[in-house]
Amino acid sequence: MTAIATTAEFKENAHEALHDARLQRALVHARNFTGRRAAAAARLPEFEALRDSARAIKDHTLAHLDLYLEAYERKVVEAGGHVHYAQDATEALKIILDLCRARGAKSVTKGKSMISEEIGLNEALEAAGIEAVETDLGEYIIQLRGESPSHIIAPAIHVTKEDVVEDFRRVHRQLPPDRDLSQPEQILAEARGILRQKFRAADVGITGANFLVVETGTSIIVTNEGNGDLTQILPKTHIVVASLEKIVPTLEDTAQILRVLARSATGQDASVYTTLSTGPARPGDPDGPDAYHVVILDNGRSNMLGGEFQDMLRCIRCGACMNHCPVYHAVGGHAYGWVYPGPMGAVLTPSLIGVAEAGQLPNASTFCGRCEAVCPVRIPLPNMMRHWREREFERRLSPAPLRYGLGFWRFFAKRPALYRLATDLFSRAMGLAGRSKGRFSRAPFASGWTKYRDLAAPEGATFQSQWRARSGAVK
Amino acid sequence: MNSREAILANIRRSLSVTGREGPRRFEVEARLAAAPAGVVPQRGQGDIGVRSAIFRAEAERAQATVAEVESLSDVPAEAARYLRDSNCPATLRMGADARLAAMPWGETALEISDGPSDGDDLNAISFAFAAIAETGTLALASGADNPTTLNFLPENQIVVVAREEIEADYEKVFGKLRRVYGKGGTPRTLNFITGPSRSADIEQTLLLGAHGPRRLHIVIAG
Repeated sequence: MTAIATTAEFKENAHEALHDARLQRALVHARNFTGRRAAAAARLPEFEALRDSARAIKDHTLAHLDLYLEAYERKVVEAGGHVHYAQDATEALKIILDLCRARGAKSVTKGKSMISEEIGLNEALEAAGIEAVETDLGEYIIQLRGESPSHIIAPAIHVTKEDVVEDFRRVHRQLPPDRDLSQPEQILAEARGILRQKFRAADVGITGANFLVVETGTSIIVTNEGNGDLTQILPKTHIVVASLEKIVPTLEDTAQILRVLARSATGQDASVYTTLSTGPARPGDPDGPDAYHVVILDNGRSNMLGGEFQDMLRCIRCGACMNHCPVYHAVGGHAYGWVYPGPMGAVLTPSLIGVAEAGQLPNASTFCGRCEAVCPVRIPLPNMMRHWREREFERRLSPAPLRYGLGFWRFFAKRPALYRLATDLFSRAMGLAGRSKGRFSRAPFASGWTKYRDLAAPEGATFQSQWRARSGAVK
Repeated sequence: MNSREAILANIRRSLSVTGREGPRRFEVEARLAAAPAGVVPQRGQGDIGVRSAIFRAEAERAQATVAEVESLSDVPAEAARYLRDSNCPATLRMGADARLAAMPWGETALEISDGPSDGDDLNAISFAFAAIAETGTLALASGADNPTTLNFLPENQIVVVAREEIEADYEKVFGKLRRVYGKGGTPRTLNFITGPSRSADIEQTLLLGAHGPRRLHIVIAG
């Protein structure tokens, strides 16, 4: 029961997004991340060395993942917790629903978790008659709107302040209708008040995990609001749902990755709350849950190990790649059509739901390379998108005009003499045809270009012939 | 085959391993045993004077307020002053921490209550397990001494840090954790806290006091 995908309609989604004035206004804020990340990185001389260190830790862990998982499980059990394994979304949902039912849960609070989005947890809980309350402010807002996150760390980045006020007035009917919500502080205070009651009423708290630490059997969440912490200390049961690549060997290894995580994500040196949870409350503890469960989700990831997409499993979900992506900036996250948007989504989504469904996403890139340049664990995102494009082409999933076009180009590219002759003739013909104005306002097969700007007419010889002439002159 | 075995088997198949290889096992056990430190930033390193100055500057950068007092017995007066100056009611909740209990609270007009918070408290005070200069971060350990609910439910959070417990970096705090709880041991909850709660989910505008405390006041003692 994985979240429903509309990735196959990326082109249509993107087109709609580009013409959505409200979305375009909201997306302006997505560009603020770049300067903050750059400033945080510049403030720490060891930042680049830490990126290398984080990458090495992730590579080492993935190469020994079976052994680390077994060792992690032993430590969790030692601390009084339980570990459950789920091969796919259906299994994960069954485990979580059974745990909630065993506790007679009527209400569940949730910390922010992309894995819970991936398995469609809220829908499953609601279908089982259990209220699921998102407690991260951004997640709460989009839950009220019946939407999915459009960004992995700023889920409501596509929503304007005015939208939030409308939603709050629509849903919080118990409050005076004429209350003042003109200031962001008032909106936040209202959400805080409403959610405080939900925190106190919840029977089960479900969080994700940024890290699962083998050395101590610990789950770690990194947040700014404190909602994840109220989710995991107030209810009687704490359930952690995380994918298997969240495993990190030691606390020291965790510190390496933490140092690049917040800086890459929000540009903070450290997020406000980094919380280590290990097992249920200990004897004598006056607060904390009395049951602690970890659900480890595979959902296709173990198939990525050892292959050309293994590097993607290094991802620590900071969002830097989408924060720096011109395509994401232009169309936002929803256009990508599944849980993970931006460059990391374009690489991960075909791995998890298949290239037939998500083959369009790796094409949503200009290959500008900014994502790889800022990735804290140096995932070669453009290269991996290229791998997916090749697979899409090999499997004949790309549209016919594209395939024929590429075939046509390949015919000439493999015959250099013919290629030179053809381009030379073509550029002469174009130069002649555009002689009067030096540009074209219309050209066959290029209306996508000429609709917005003129196409310059070639003025003389091709690059290759000029190059030959010049290198000849030097000799 | 159950899901656990199916997943482990698939990982091993993908990695082309059996899980019984001596060198792989040795490498994993060695890393878990030694917990090697990686790249530790220079920032935060130095003697206690340097460390506490950097800790203060970094905590203030994260919108915490910081006061320094001569000794632990000066903490109640500072807590009372802070609450008065911030127009907060003269109440304070705390856990069973012996160092907090030994402070002269009777010399202030503060109304003191004990134990975890049920969500109705405005003010709470805790004693930090340690502090980290590198990022101006507090480390707080759960338990009866300093219940975790005190770190999140009240509006105003005061945390006492013993000056000599300000460490340079996270790695030093992990070392202390192993000394106190044993290798591989931890309290149920360990909170690293850097500044008061915040959210930027409304149009990327930074607002303090999302679900946790609106204010974080740190008192360095000693």
